Amino acid sequence: MREVAVVGVGMTQFGPSEKTNVELFSEAAMDAIAESNLEPKDVQALFLGNVFCGFEEGQVTLSAFAAADIGVPYIPTTRFEGACASGSVAIRDAYMWVASGAYDIVLAGGTEKALAMGTAYATRTFAMGSDSRYEAPTGITFPGIFAMMAHLYAKKYGIPLEQLKEQMAMVAVKNHHNGTFHPKAHFRKEITIQDVYKSIMVADPLQLYDCCPFSDGAAAIIIASAEKAKKLTDKPVYFAGAGQCSAPPLPNQKDITLVKARQASAKQAYDMAGLSPNDIDICELHDCFTIAEIVATENLGFFDHGEGCKGVERGETQIGGRIPINPSGGLKARGHPIGATGAAQVYEIAKQLRGECGERQVEGAKTGMTDTLGADLCMVCNMIFRI
Amino acid sequence: MEYKLTAKMFAEALKENRLLGLKCNRCGAYTVPPKKVCLECASEDLEVVELSGWGQIQTFTVIQVPPEGFEAPYIVGMAELDEGPWLMGNIVGVDPDEATMDLIGKRVKLGHKIHPGDKFSAGEMVAVTFSPQT
Ligand SMILES: [Zn+2]
Repeated sequence: MREVAVVGVGMTQFGPSEKTNVELFSEAAMDAIAESNLEPKDVQALFLGNVFCGFEEGQVTLSAFAAADIGVPYIPTTRFEGACASGSVAIRDAYMWVASGAYDIVLAGGTEKALAMGTAYATRTFAMGSDSRYEAPTGITFPGIFAMMAHLYAKKYGIPLEQLKEQMAMVAVKNHHNGTFHPKAHFRKEITIQDVYKSIMVADPLQLYDCCPFSDGAAAIIIASAEKAKKLTDKPVYFAGAGQCSAPPLPNQKDITLVKARQASAKQAYDMAGLSPNDIDICELHDCFTIAEIVATENLGFFDHGEGCKGVERGETQIGGRIPINPSGGLKARGHPIGATGAAQVYEIAKQLRGECGERQVEGAKTGMTDTLGADLCMVCNMIFRI
Repeated sequence: MEYKLTAKMFAEALKENRLLGLKCNRCGAYTVPPKKVCLECASEDLEVVELSGWGQIQTFTVIQVPPEGFEAPYIVGMAELDEGPWLMGNIVGVDPDEATMDLIGKRVKLGHKIHPGDKFSAGEMVAVTFSPQT
């Protein structure tokens, strides 16, 4: 496989939007194309992450309409659905196709209008990521899965639930703080631990401020062969490695604090890059819920199992800490337009490695990682980038 | 080869509080809910068996914000069955407002609950229930 780089990135404002999925994606895509010193006609294929366009707008074949909207109707286009990991799965595939030599320049990313569904309908559609025959009949929700993870974590490691809840709240406080420095974040306001405790209970022990929001938004990435990339930009951000893995339905995984799909996916990415967790300077990971960030920092090897909760308490995951986690504000504050989230993570890593993040810049970051998790903990994609 | 234990067959038995699963003739593992092949070794040499319906709660949550079509609060949990597999179900016979970490480790007996289903569910939905035994 040949070397591949991210040449340009773009994203819309995340949060409520009246624009369509296509309109959102076109804005992000044209920004990424312009930043790459390209024109739409240079794009050879489109890899588009999106989960719920049918439910949000009564629209399928979204990728074709998206390509036509930016003036390239006659190229191969594909919509990727990997639940909340859709954007990352699309980008990883685009990377593989360029690495293989099939294409030189590809547009990848994602778009979502989750807010169009409203809370009850969105909670129903998000629950479609659980097994429809054997789990959905219980009324399980996406927060419910991570609430069960939190209870299992507290029990397994013998941590009093009150203590774990405080550590979880610290994740929300940190990510909201980081989000105040991201001009395109869904939420740009500081919160306190007390704000978390005062928020409504969603799925015990997860309260509203333990949960990321439903968001609208899009993000797009131009991926090119290293040879092309060097001609287009003086700041290429190289793919060092990538991994992707699925897993069986949730109960089959038993100890869900280990997220086996992530362990396998991350190992693929580390092995391909020839790197270990110690080599990663910065990570954008899937903090769909506060406990999810703690568990992910362990699954990815930044902390030992049962130690991630102490890491956040000691400030090791803050900007300036040992391993800054979610300097963008993460899903919690930047927002979670699910099909776009993986692309927004790559956007952040690219901007960070190029040193363009202003007040949220992690000084000297040279190697960055993304982590995106979907559905019944059964869709995970990891990518590692370097300059 | 014909699908040995379908979701339809599993649900019909569950409606009689009988838990059907697949026992592997190669490695002895139980696969429940059913799949085409053994969850442990991918063998297709399986027989349909009725499991004991007993297990132990491993984790749980109280859902306060439900999906469209469900009325909160209610408890969802996962139990480890005596035969080994974990299964998701509604924990019943416990007041959701009184649910605490003490639920974890409780012995439970399996039952069922029928949900009428919605336009997405391809018919009625039958949920496993777990009743803690004192
Ligand atoms: Zn077997």
